[in-house]
Amino acid sequence: MHNFDFVKPSTIADAVAALAHEGAQALSGGQTLIPTMKQRLAAPAVLVSLTGIGEMQGVCRGEGGLHIGAATTHARVAREAAAHYPALAALAGGIGDPAVRNRGTIGGSLANNDPSACYPAAVLGSGATIVTNTRTIPADDFFRGMFTTALMDGEIITEVRFPIPERAAYAKFVQPASRFALTGVFVAKFPSGVRVAVTGASEGGVFRWNEAEAALTANFSAASVEGLTVSPEGMIRDLHGTPEYRANLVKVMTKRAVTSAK
Amino acid sequence: MPKDGGIGASTKRREDVRFLTGSGRYTDDINLRGQAYAHFLRSQVAHGRINRIDTAAAAAMPGVLRIFTAADFAGVGGLPCGWQVTDRHGKPMQEPKHPVLAEGKVRHVGDPIAMIVAETPEQARDAAEAIVVDIDELPAVVDMKAALAEGAPKVHDELASNLCYDWGFVEDNREAVNAAFAGAHHVTTLELVNNRLVANAMEPRVAVGDYDFATDTSTLYTTSQNPHVIRLLMGAFVLGIPEHKLRVVAPDVGGGFGSKIFHYAEEAACTFAARQLRRPVKWTAARSESFMTDAHGRDHVTKIELALDKDGHFLAIRTETYANMGAYLSTFAPSVPTWLHGTLMAGNYKTPLIYVNVKAVFTNTVPVDAYRGAGRPEATFQLERIIDKAAREMGIDPIEIRRRNFVTEFPYQTPVAVVYDTGNYHATMDKLLEMVDLAGFEARRAESAARGKLRGFGIAHYIEACGIAPSNLVGQLGARAGLYESATVRVNATGSITVMTGSHSHGQGHETTFAQVVAEMIGIDAKNVEIVHGDTANTPMGMGTYGSRSLAVGGSALVRATNKIVNKAKKIAAHLLEAAEGDIELKDGRFTVAGTDKGVDWGSVCLAAYVPHNYPLENLEPGLEETAFYDPSNFTYPAGAYGCEVEVDPETGKVEIVAFAAADDFGNVVNPMIVEGQVHGGLAQGIGQALLETCAYDENGQLLTGSYMDYAMPRADDLPFYRVDHSCITPCTHNPLGVKGCGEAGAIGSPPAVVNAVIDALHRAGHTHVTHIDMPLTPARVWAAIHRH
Amino acid sequence: MTKVTMTVNGRPVSGEVEGRTLLVQFLREGLGLTGTHVGCDTAQCGACVVHVNGAAMKSCNVLALDVAGAEVRTIEGMANPDGSLSGLQQAFQDHHGLQCGFCTPGMVMSAAALLAENPRPTEAEVRHYLEGNLCRCTGYHNIVKAVLAASGQDVSGVGIAAE
Repeated sequence: MHNFDFVKPSTIADAVAALAHEGAQALSGGQTLIPTMKQRLAAPAVLVSLTGIGEMQGVCRGEGGLHIGAATTHARVAREAAAHYPALAALAGGIGDPAVRNRGTIGGSLANNDPSACYPAAVLGSGATIVTNTRTIPADDFFRGMFTTALMDGEIITEVRFPIPERAAYAKFVQPASRFALTGVFVAKFPSGVRVAVTGASEGGVFRWNEAEAALTANFSAASVEGLTVSPEGMIRDLHGTPEYRANLVKVMTKRAVTSAK
Repeated sequence: MPKDGGIGASTKRREDVRFLTGSGRYTDDINLRGQAYAHFLRSQVAHGRINRIDTAAAAAMPGVLRIFTAADFAGVGGLPCGWQVTDRHGKPMQEPKHPVLAEGKVRHVGDPIAMIVAETPEQARDAAEAIVVDIDELPAVVDMKAALAEGAPKVHDELASNLCYDWGFVEDNREAVNAAFAGAHHVTTLELVNNRLVANAMEPRVAVGDYDFATDTSTLYTTSQNPHVIRLLMGAFVLGIPEHKLRVVAPDVGGGFGSKIFHYAEEAACTFAARQLRRPVKWTAARSESFMTDAHGRDHVTKIELALDKDGHFLAIRTETYANMGAYLSTFAPSVPTWLHGTLMAGNYKTPLIYVNVKAVFTNTVPVDAYRGAGRPEATFQLERIIDKAAREMGIDPIEIRRRNFVTEFPYQTPVAVVYDTGNYHATMDKLLEMVDLAGFEARRAESAARGKLRGFGIAHYIEACGIAPSNLVGQLGARAGLYESATVRVNATGSITVMTGSHSHGQGHETTFAQVVAEMIGIDAKNVEIVHGDTANTPMGMGTYGSRSLAVGGSALVRATNKIVNKAKKIAAHLLEAAEGDIELKDGRFTVAGTDKGVDWGSVCLAAYVPHNYPLENLEPGLEETAFYDPSNFTYPAGAYGCEVEVDPETGKVEIVAFAAADDFGNVVNPMIVEGQVHGGLAQGIGQALLETCAYDENGQLLTGSYMDYAMPRADDLPFYRVDHSCITPCTHNPLGVKGCGEAGAIGSPPAVVNAVIDALHRAGHTHVTHIDMPLTPARVWAAIHRH
Repeated sequence: MTKVTMTVNGRPVSGEVEGRTLLVQFLREGLGLTGTHVGCDTAQCGACVVHVNGAAMKSCNVLALDVAGAEVRTIEGMANPDGSLSGLQQAFQDHHGLQCGFCTPGMVMSAAALLAENPRPTEAEVRHYLEGNLCRCTGYHNIVKAVLAASGQDVSGVGIAAE
């Protein structure tokens, strides 16, 4: 790693001020950022840790659903969201491994927007709202392609607000080496309709599968998806799967999520 | 048996206490006074010509002590190859120089260009970024057949081609084999890949070079399976340091699996730099560096044909294999696809005619060398896959076809040079069938089918040649080293024993098992026996640990040395007891005169040897210390039957191992607990090869699997509990313990069992178009095979 | 350089570190606690797992300054106060849950965290919890067996042929 100055503010305001420095970068758990820095692919001059900010921690019921502080670890979401939003808690409890879950945070994951990460599927699939230090961003506007989001320089996610669906589930098929999602599908049934968000499959990052949403809104059963086809165009090709394989997984994992939705 | 565990006891390992409390001493735990740190600037391209290396700016950076390039190693030899293969036409293999640092060209991603030594590791790495290397990238050769094509870019300009050797075995059988095929009732053909693997010992490689000016002695601390071999190779061939001025220490080593046998550039470079700088120099590999510098394993592409008569008897085998050597010849690389592979092509079967052709090829990839099993897994995989395919084509049960062809009479001279001394393959097959409940399989399959899963069962039988190796034989085959092993047994004055072995333990538990052997032979508590290994300064010259050889060869040396001790101690006891030497008996640590109640205990005899006041000094030297070297007269031949049951998810292609059973014949067993652990570990690596692991390059020679994000290591939840048995015992006939070796078996027998099980599952479900899937059987590959994508 | 202070295995410690100093570097090089190992650079292998304020973390993926003031526990702090092996450590020895020993510290730390959360895990739960700890020697069989045994469960039938 290149060296950097390390600061750990205790308020959002101090964090925002620290991030205004030239070459500053937020660190929120660092389970992806630190390995990237070890490879010297990122070299911030100032690293601003967000995990010491009390107002960015915790899980609570609030207006419109479940509010989760952006610096809340995956492990804590898995524990504390279980009674409110079991599908979200289960997703958080399946990210990485226990030691990673004790360190990685929801805000860090969303800001990074890895195309194979799990949280983007939950946020997009739930129609959640990203709260930053300056504004609120609907999930549909937040994800802008792999490793790209609507966040501006120096803007930090402070909270994520999830509406709670009637039923939901996340079905993940893991990439055998990294255990990230080779394809993961989050399905959420709301009174207004069903949302289906897919991660891991597309070169464009997390996306909504509109045909499945329409079919499942009409009839929330795995059979509704059976007749649909997923185009391999735009799907990721790598050592672990072809576009055709990922297209198949989109459908299979959607069916499994629908079947297991609670 | 001694109360603390002799031969046959599952004695708990004495090593464990230090490892469980964080008190182990691995190479990276060693920090010497005044230590500097090395970092290697490595090629990012697979093939290129180095025009210029400008180190001026880097040399001026903070903390930088010296930057070394190939020019600094001008007076130093290349990394030697320890095995010379002679090709089909009697010519020696092509053997290019393997420089310590790249000379003129880089030949694989990771090839070291410069070594930066600085006060801290980060300073060394910072400086590496300031080195300017002007390289003209050249077209790379990655695919072996493309590398042999006319006009292909040459990895080594000075060689005629990228062909290292074209080996035929047994060349004189070639025409007879062809004739057998021409007249056969049935011929089965299979083309397959034995996937390239990375050993991935959990401890990355580390080297710490040190130099003592006062004694003009160099010391290398290194993560090695064989410190004496490193001392010999590095001292005699690379740096020109005589053995008495060079010490190599391999302390606690965190796994090897073959990858830590070889002499690596970083060892020589750190030792050299420490002499130049008169400071200790330490290098610790990052895992991403390990992926592009540790020798890889396997990487064979094979076409195998099996000729059968109408009853399914094997008439002949013919193979053509392309074996990847990588960019340079690693220490034992040429032996792996030849003498460790061709000699095993008979398997457990009495096939009268065999011809093996191997073309070893240079490519712009990391050198390939031995990895757990080394050649024998490649042989077993080919045989056990094609036997299954032949059985299916001919409508013969896969177990029955194996039984029809088993070797049953020993010793058995194979048509591929080796002689099996003993074995009982029907017994291991019978044992396996007891373990797997085939009668209940159909019910289990139906239960799986009800859940949408396809269940299959696969079997494989293997043989390996281990206990490496008879020196005179391997010398004829091209080895440039002897493969004996050594032991010194030093009895201390009060009767405790210190054993110095040339073997090396990096997980195998020698400190426990070797002590059990000595304790058993003398009848004392094993806790009074200490096993010392890993330091050339205090162990006799030995060849180290690999090839399932430690107990079969090193243990035999230990038995011989201990026998010498017992013989001398009996002479001393006879003197003390005023009896004839021939009447002295040793039992439970006490010498007695046969037929009397006269006796003297072990400790008193030992004390007499060192305090020889009442001692036959005119006939016998004082002291009680003996060394033995043991050179085996044959390989040992462990064998076994493995059964695997899988469930395939046809929607995703995911394969789950639902049960795995192994029935092995390892001959006699010293510590069953440790033997079972060795099998478990081998199975995990074999199942990993079959389902998860592969090392992949793109067409430009860029490594696609450069970290655990893409190289799929088996994890706890990928694997089941295994059922293992080693109760079928045909003791080795030619070593004193009757042992055969158990370290590699699991990795040899399991890949074909897994693949056979998956193919079985698909056939039972009607996907009969799938006759083979290349490893690893990833979900994507299995799905594509089912759905003909 | 910045001064960092924390409690390691019950003892207050401090040292000078850079911003980029990882917790594992501070433990190994700053404090000489070399029981915690580094087996990879992508936070996958788990050889470096320690407990930070009671939670298992990969110390190669945590900055020392980011855990200033924390209670850290390493493998060196896992034995009984009299120096004898703890029940979990003893189970690893009894069931041959280690071979080369390199992954062992991380494996023990993860297993201890599991048992603290879930005192009687099933085999599947043990395997799943240990997914972030790679072992190349044991095939995991005896590790899983050791953890189950440490939780007080009968493992005498595990891996027996007549299962």
